[in-house]
Amino acid sequence: MINHLPILPILIPALTGALLLLPFFQNSIQRQRALSLAATLLTLLIAILLFRSSSGATTHYLLGNWEQPFGIVLVADRLSTLLVLLTAILSVGVQLYANAGTDEAGSFFHPLFQYQLMGIYGAFLTGDLFNLFVFFEILLLASYGLLAHSGGKARIRASVQYVTLNLIGSALFLVALGLVYGTLGTLNMASMADRAVLLREDQLVLLEAALILLAVVFGLKTALVPLQFWLVRSYSAATAPVAALFAIMTKVGIYGFYRVHIGTFGHQPALTDGVLGTLFWVMAAVTMGVAIIGVLGSKNLRTLTSNLVLISVANLMLTVAIGTREAITAGLYYLIHSTLVTAALFLLADVIASKRGAAADHFVAARPMSGHTWMGTVFLIVAISAVGMPPMSGFIAKLLILVSAQTSGEQLIAWTCILLGSLSALVALSRGGTSLLWHTTGSKAPAQKTSALPMTALMLFVLFAPVMVVLSGPLTDTLASIAEQLLAPTPEVALQ
Amino acid sequence: MEGLYAICVGVLTSCGIYLLLRGRTFPVILGLIMLSYAVNLFLFSSGRLYSNRAPILGESGQYADALPQALVLTAIVIGFAMTAFMLVLAIRAYSENGNDHVDGKPADERVHDKSIAAEKGGRKV
Repeated sequence: MINHLPILPILIPALTGALLLLPFFQNSIQRQRALSLAATLLTLLIAILLFRSSSGATTHYLLGNWEQPFGIVLVADRLSTLLVLLTAILSVGVQLYANAGTDEAGSFFHPLFQYQLMGIYGAFLTGDLFNLFVFFEILLLASYGLLAHSGGKARIRASVQYVTLNLIGSALFLVALGLVYGTLGTLNMASMADRAVLLREDQLVLLEAALILLAVVFGLKTALVPLQFWLVRSYSAATAPVAALFAIMTKVGIYGFYRVHIGTFGHQPALTDGVLGTLFWVMAAVTMGVAIIGVLGSKNLRTLTSNLVLISVANLMLTVAIGTREAITAGLYYLIHSTLVTAALFLLADVIASKRGAAADHFVAARPMSGHTWMGTVFLIVAISAVGMPPMSGFIAKLLILVSAQTSGEQLIAWTCILLGSLSALVALSRGGTSLLWHTTGSKAPAQKTSALPMTALMLFVLFAPVMVVLSGPLTDTLASIAEQLLAPTPEVALQ
Repeated sequence: MEGLYAICVGVLTSCGIYLLLRGRTFPVILGLIMLSYAVNLFLFSSGRLYSNRAPILGESGQYADALPQALVLTAIVIGFAMTAFMLVLAIRAYSENGNDHVDGKPADERVHDKSIAAEKGGRKV
């Protein structure tokens, strides 16, 4: 029997999204929630199966049964399936949180949510550079809708800039694709790696230009300086579940760097060591600088979290710049940790904001919240994990990155960046937590019942911080073998 | 033919970038459209430029590469959808903000804000 698993994470959200638009579902939010949640859980199940099956041989799913490299192919290798699984876990939490009422603030939340997931899964699973572009467009188009969801001046304004920038990014992506096809004659990632070895000197220059353009495109998706300014505004304008879902979106860019710059062309120092190598270091360091200023200057928890996303992006970019097996292992650990912690922080900011009335999540004195101790405990766990202090997952993640920097030059930049970033996060989160939880005036706010769903979603993300520490041994072993597969010099595909 | 083609792509790109840098949404959208035309032409040329060759094997000894044509077709469709969405969003932004500036504020008002800020700053000193 042919293994049809790799196509399912794309097909299920696509079909669900279409079904949700039928009048039967559009007339009742309850039915939409039930169907959407069922689809999300089903995809999680498939993602788990897919991840388990990928530890053996890599599955190449030939669409239309065209032989490689002529047809379009989905590649379910260990890196793709890991990220699909991470997205699936994230989507369940986000779905639960949204089902508690955010989805009613505007129309079509659930169909957009499913299409967004379809785009993300597709981007992770495709083995073809042009299809990566297509899935980028799908996830972007859905994210445009989700960002503007439930309307309002700030959201629309953030959307206009976000959409414009991403359309320019798409144009650059196409130019890069044209250059790659013009020099290599293929867009299949596995055969791109094979053919790049055969290029002449003058063709290599063109390919290097294409790779720099791709770095700009992925940098835009990842929000690296100087392309970072859309992120803080749009993430802090979006509704909480959408912002939490967007936590994986910057990681799609990082995945692009890992897959294309390190996995496909990493074996050719002529291509990746020159301008690109320097570019990676500079982008990482400058992004960290800007992120630190942003973190220290944030006036509410949502903006602070958006700036923490920038810090995590800079840390991940350092692992791309180092580019060794250890660095990618550390990067993957950090990627999982930061996605879940960021999502937890965005949801927590929303819960806190709903309990503080007009003060919302701004760092100002207000009446004490109901469920004060509980909120404080959750905030403490998430904050410790985000800063990177023991005993939570952030500590191990940052430690792994620090250890992976080997030469003194790498250590100088990487250690300075990571340690300064952690320090600023520590300062900002302690100050923020103090004013949110301890600077209280007046009598206690009337007890307010928080419904079970949002808290379940929040706890799902929060619990990953200790779980990742307890399981860090087996987890790092798995991640190391994933990094090894990514860096393997000969892709294990039988090209005819 | 190559020279003419390259000049075409270059002119379209520079017009597109010039329009992209304008402050109002409508010129920006026109800029995006021009840019996507330039990009589509560029993508098409990645299969090399030939005349009188069919993208079909076996018809004659010489054939054109069919893949860039398929890529361009996909890119055109996606670009069209994106432009349509951007137009709707721009109209929505116009009705929400009351003006069609990309960052939601007319240029004059911003200058006005700055001069007020400068005055305030001056008084403090």
